[in-house]
Amino acid sequence: MSPVCFGAKSSARRAVRALPIAIFAFSVLLVAGSPLAASAKAKKATDPYAKNDLHAPAGTLTGAGSTFDQPFFTRAFYEYNKANPGVTVNYASIGSGGGIQQFQGQTVSFGASDVPMSPVDIAAATGGQVLQVPVALGGEAMSYNLPGVKSGLKLTGPVIADIELGQVKTWNDAKIKSLNPGVKLPSNPIVTVHRSDGSGTTYIFTNYLSTVSPAWASGPGTGKSVSWPVGIGEKGNEGVAGFVKETPYSFGYVELDYAIANNFAYAKVKNAAGKYVSPTPKTVAADAAQKPDITAVDFSIVNEPGVQSYPISGYSWLLVYELQKNQNVGTTLVDVLDWLTHAGQSQAAALDYVPLPANIQQLARTTLLQVTGPDGKTQLLTTS
Amino acid sequence: MARTTTLPFRQGSSKGLRRFFEVPDGAYRGVLGAVAALFAILLLAFVTSMVIQSRSAFAHFGLSFLTTTKWDPVHARFGALAFIVGTLETTFIATLVAIPIGLGCALALAFVIPRRLQMPLGSAVELLAAVPSVVYGLWGLLVLGPWMREYIEPTLAHITGGHFPFSGPQIGPGLLLAGLLLSIMVLPTMVAISRDVLMAVPETEIEAAFALGATRWQVMRKVIVPGARTGIVGATTLATGRALGETIAVTMVIGNTPALAHSLFSTGATMASVIANEFTEATEPYHLASLIAVGVLLLVVSVLVNLAARLAVRSVGRNRAIGVGLV
Repeated sequence: MSPVCFGAKSSARRAVRALPIAIFAFSVLLVAGSPLAASAKAKKATDPYAKNDLHAPAGTLTGAGSTFDQPFFTRAFYEYNKANPGVTVNYASIGSGGGIQQFQGQTVSFGASDVPMSPVDIAAATGGQVLQVPVALGGEAMSYNLPGVKSGLKLTGPVIADIELGQVKTWNDAKIKSLNPGVKLPSNPIVTVHRSDGSGTTYIFTNYLSTVSPAWASGPGTGKSVSWPVGIGEKGNEGVAGFVKETPYSFGYVELDYAIANNFAYAKVKNAAGKYVSPTPKTVAADAAQKPDITAVDFSIVNEPGVQSYPISGYSWLLVYELQKNQNVGTTLVDVLDWLTHAGQSQAAALDYVPLPANIQQLARTTLLQVTGPDGKTQLLTTS
Repeated sequence: MARTTTLPFRQGSSKGLRRFFEVPDGAYRGVLGAVAALFAILLLAFVTSMVIQSRSAFAHFGLSFLTTTKWDPVHARFGALAFIVGTLETTFIATLVAIPIGLGCALALAFVIPRRLQMPLGSAVELLAAVPSVVYGLWGLLVLGPWMREYIEPTLAHITGGHFPFSGPQIGPGLLLAGLLLSIMVLPTMVAISRDVLMAVPETEIEAAFALGATRWQVMRKVIVPGARTGIVGATTLATGRALGETIAVTMVIGNTPALAHSLFSTGATMASVIANEFTEATEPYHLASLIAVGVLLLVVSVLVNLAARLAVRSVGRNRAIGVGLV
């Protein structure tokens, strides 16, 4: 090793020599900083509970999971904090998979997932019985960019499936033409676009395709990520929306609020009752209201009966442990979640989510009433 | 320009700082050793945990993980070939485009354009490096993509008569768009480093070449560029490394289809893009293990490319002979 000297000619060499010093200083900062920060955080989290005030909800709750829920949760928890300044909810939108993992390991007070936890997931949960509560409702618009064709192109489930399977290739295919007499359809190829990232949106859409098309069910199937026969993938609703906006002759599914925000043309889809229905918050809610007895196992609400029902819709879910290990944290938690699934739904409506129908709100409350304190008996939710 | 710049370490104000670090040799060495060891341990822990978490995928799919392209999370069948090929293809396109443009730009900045324009233009190129990837991605998706679809792709297809490598539907997103976007993203690295090494070529050699009657172009081609060869290969290595691992911008413009391309217009996917796309929502055990396995492969490919580049630098360094073949 050559002795340390600062007279070296090459500036690069001097930079390299300065590097370890910088790294060392940085590591010292990191090491010194982290326990301090951690202890400060711990203080903040435990102090409110130490006061042992049973009545006013107080403290900091943490949640993690679905990115679909994030805009809604951020707004709703902000509003909740304004009304109840003692309660702060920190939600990390790390994706449903991550949310389930954090929840299984009990590192968060609650999880959020676009698809309920499977029995296998539940078996890996370390905190006992798991309760799953529907929290947000979403519909998906089949949006398209067809120069000269306005909103309201009529499509049926089997035709949408044929397009996604690559069997209907052009816009003027006989199958689309026969549904839309009088509409001038171009002969251009259909450029289909789907979500490239794993998402509950894709789950709902493929669930719908599997329901209406045997070929889809036995082929790609239902999932948050599937092996698409045709089309290109774009990341996130914003990616798909951006692509549809920029690309003539494109076709893809996007969350209803994105279709509304971007002023997209979207198709009317034939529902189980044989009517062509446009996606709106009202028609999505009508579809959901048809199935009041959803459970974490039987949770699909695509293609429900009812003349008003828009068939491509689904829920996002909250995950909570039935037995709460801390009476006060648990009380605050059920209070927040009950508000979120009732009064808080107006915050969802403001963001173009679909508010939960009344019977599903009731189901959410019934489920939350099962949450108990550490003794396994005391019901934590008090409804007035 | 670089010849006149000095690092702040040289300046008087940092003398105090220098004295601050004048600690006994033993302690200094100990601390540095610890820091170095920390990084080695971190790297080892990092690789070990990734290998452990991906083991089930390698064990279950075996060699077919490397040789098949089927990526089907619903039926738990995973093969990473399409991602490996897609990564190499986009990186190759990016490097191919970035080397001549980057080198030309570096030469221009160092020797051709007027001295008072060197600073602003040089900074402009370096500023490109400060633009976040996601901004490149957005620009690629919303501006460059439609532009490709409307003008560049039809022109290219016209040139080859719609045959390979410019065949198939012209939709914008795809290998070519991803490669071009990557080339823009790696240009600052290429230019900044190349310019510095080009300017480090000894002035005496350049003057000697001029004295022999060489034209400006001959001096650049036969003296300056060969003299800076090692550094240029190094710059290319760094640029390649960035292209290999670039994630978000590529994800936004490549089309994300796990299939082998038959045209530069084809959509594709890279190792980094599939991880970014699916990791957050991967809940099935094999899906997760397979994604981590793709991460391991990306690490392996990056190390191999780096090794190849080091070998290249070494062989270039050995043959280094400034001014050979000067007319």
